[in-house]
Amino acid sequence: MTPIEEAFARCAAEKRSAFVPFIMAGDPDLATTPRLLEALVAGGADIIELGVPFSDPIADGPVNQRAATRALAAGTHLGEILRMVARHRDRLDVPIVLFTYFNPIHALGIRRFAEQAAASGLDGVLCVDLPPEEAEAEYLPVMREHGLDTIFLLAPTSTKDRVKRVAQVTTGFAYYVSRTGVTGEQETLPSELRKTVKRLRRRLPVPLVVGFGVSSREQVVEIGKAAQGVVVGSALVRLIEEEGRARDLPAKLEAAVRKLTGQPKGSEVGAQ
Amino acid sequence: MKGKYAWPDERGYFGEYGGCFVPETLMAPLAELSRAYDQVTKHRTFKRRLSDLLSSYAGRPTPLYYAERLTQRLGGAQIYLKREDLLHTGAHKINNAIGQSLLAHFMGKERIIAETGAGQHGVATATAAALLGMKCTIYMGTEDMRRQRLNVDRMRLLGAEVAGVDAGSCTLKDAINEALRDWVTNVRTTHYVLGSVLGPDPYPRMVRDFHRVIGDEARVQLKKETGRATPDLAVACVGGGSNAIGLFTAFLGDPVRLIGVEAGGTGSDLGHHAARFAGGSLGVLHGTRTMVLQDQDGQIANTHSVSAGLDYPAIGPEHVLLRELGRIEYFAICDAEAISAFHFLAETEGILPALESSHALAEVFKRAPNMNKKMVILVNLSGRGDKDVESVIAYDAEHADEIDREAELSIHPAMRKWSAPTTSEES
Repeated sequence: MTPIEEAFARCAAEKRSAFVPFIMAGDPDLATTPRLLEALVAGGADIIELGVPFSDPIADGPVNQRAATRALAAGTHLGEILRMVARHRDRLDVPIVLFTYFNPIHALGIRRFAEQAAASGLDGVLCVDLPPEEAEAEYLPVMREHGLDTIFLLAPTSTKDRVKRVAQVTTGFAYYVSRTGVTGEQETLPSELRKTVKRLRRRLPVPLVVGFGVSSREQVVEIGKAAQGVVVGSALVRLIEEEGRARDLPAKLEAAVRKLTGQPKGSEVGAQ
Repeated sequence: MKGKYAWPDERGYFGEYGGCFVPETLMAPLAELSRAYDQVTKHRTFKRRLSDLLSSYAGRPTPLYYAERLTQRLGGAQIYLKREDLLHTGAHKINNAIGQSLLAHFMGKERIIAETGAGQHGVATATAAALLGMKCTIYMGTEDMRRQRLNVDRMRLLGAEVAGVDAGSCTLKDAINEALRDWVTNVRTTHYVLGSVLGPDPYPRMVRDFHRVIGDEARVQLKKETGRATPDLAVACVGGGSNAIGLFTAFLGDPVRLIGVEAGGTGSDLGHHAARFAGGSLGVLHGTRTMVLQDQDGQIANTHSVSAGLDYPAIGPEHVLLRELGRIEYFAICDAEAISAFHFLAETEGILPALESSHALAEVFKRAPNMNKKMVILVNLSGRGDKDVESVIAYDAEHADEIDREAELSIHPAMRKWSAPTTSEES
């Protein structure tokens, strides 16, 4: 079993969905990121999605755009992120998946990227603007060769044929974008979501994780009844934006994650 | 090249360039758009309506004008201007804006959106939206809104909402980001009228096809005027590259030298120009694999050009293939040269050219004197310069002590960075 499979198996045994928080690497700076990752683990993360900042994030809303801008201004780039993950991998006992746009990978070279990503201990990669059609020639075989999971997106606009196509290439899990749109918090969730999730799960060989717009414990619970995993991104990124300079940022992030996972308050990390 | 050239392939690739690099949300809608484009545009009703609108509404065919005074002044090849500036709304952009908006109308979309740099594509799209009774939002970088204020007002008067984009360099690239975000969100009701031969398939081929009327007309007109359908040299400016593809497509199979002109800005350092072939590398931006100005980590660079319509870090993928095949050559013209060309055409021919088109003119002004008087140059005057009057006056005021226009055309210091003055290779 891969670490991602283990994480889902453990959640299934505990009769709950996996909690998958997202933060942007390098926001507020890359030196702080490892402490924030530890806070996510301490708060109850089952799998972490780590964002790679890109100058032109067409699938992201304003909150994640600003996070990318801050990270780039702090000098963050893909190579540094992979080295950071490698240095801290041992202390982070959950699978980590990179959430990125394709151009930084293209610039590094797909093969070099796969080598460095595998060596750093990353578990998988979700490349938002690389659909299966464009991944098949080089990206998929190289990633497989290096033992990295390739996670693909599904959307409300995905046709039956597209779901089939994604089902053939997505490994680890599939990520359902719960509404058409960019990343960001939503107050209400689409009503047909549960039905759609059930339908998609029947067609997928791997667990289905739902994201884009989830921001409260109630939503996490609600979606968790249907999906095997729930992603919370912008709500945490917003906290980092607001508290980025606070010395107790990791403790605050951990508390926010605890609220979302419904875990009782344990020992605080990094508060003092 | 006639007969053999049939790009893009079924995956939307021009050789190794192009493709469809977009989030999953857009994949099915793009496939639907491809199908609709292939079916609807073959339909007689669509063809007739488009052709009617282009002639009775937009003003096609546009004249081919022999610029006699200009030719005499430069003392070399005969210069013909394809007057796309005389189209309704003042630039070639209306060909594609009407084509795509009509397609969206046939597809049952109720809203169209677009990005704009110089504002010409935004004005053209807002115009088409008003004409067809559709809702319209135009995304425009705040820096471009400042330097193309007239066009912002025009779009608003046409009933469009103009959404300022205050991110990145606040220019065309950032406007495309925001338009794509809108489209990802509203794709069921909305068509995105992308304004150049850029973006994911089917845009590069669709926009090309809607503009190829430029070159097709020019052939017929040139034949009537000169007795031969082909010039010796055809020149057009290249931002994304739509007016250039529109002109060049008709001549790909002929022995015509084709030159695309990029924006050389103020110098060759990254961030100071928009010359993708001079300073770019292969990358993936806005859904397509093409030449991109970027840093070594794959972050897209900011660009600079005095012309908002050329101020963009990527070039249409078909241009990359045509350059690789040796069919089109590309050169860069700096801000100062383009401004000089603007003045030169205004004063010799009574035509204010768009600053985008002024880049193509500057290249022609460098080459024409070294060419034989029997030779013919065809240049695409892609837009009119009314929108640039403020920019040109501001530029001139800022550079008042450096201006020596006659000299600038051949020996401006900024020019040497990009291309040595041409020799008489063509005569």
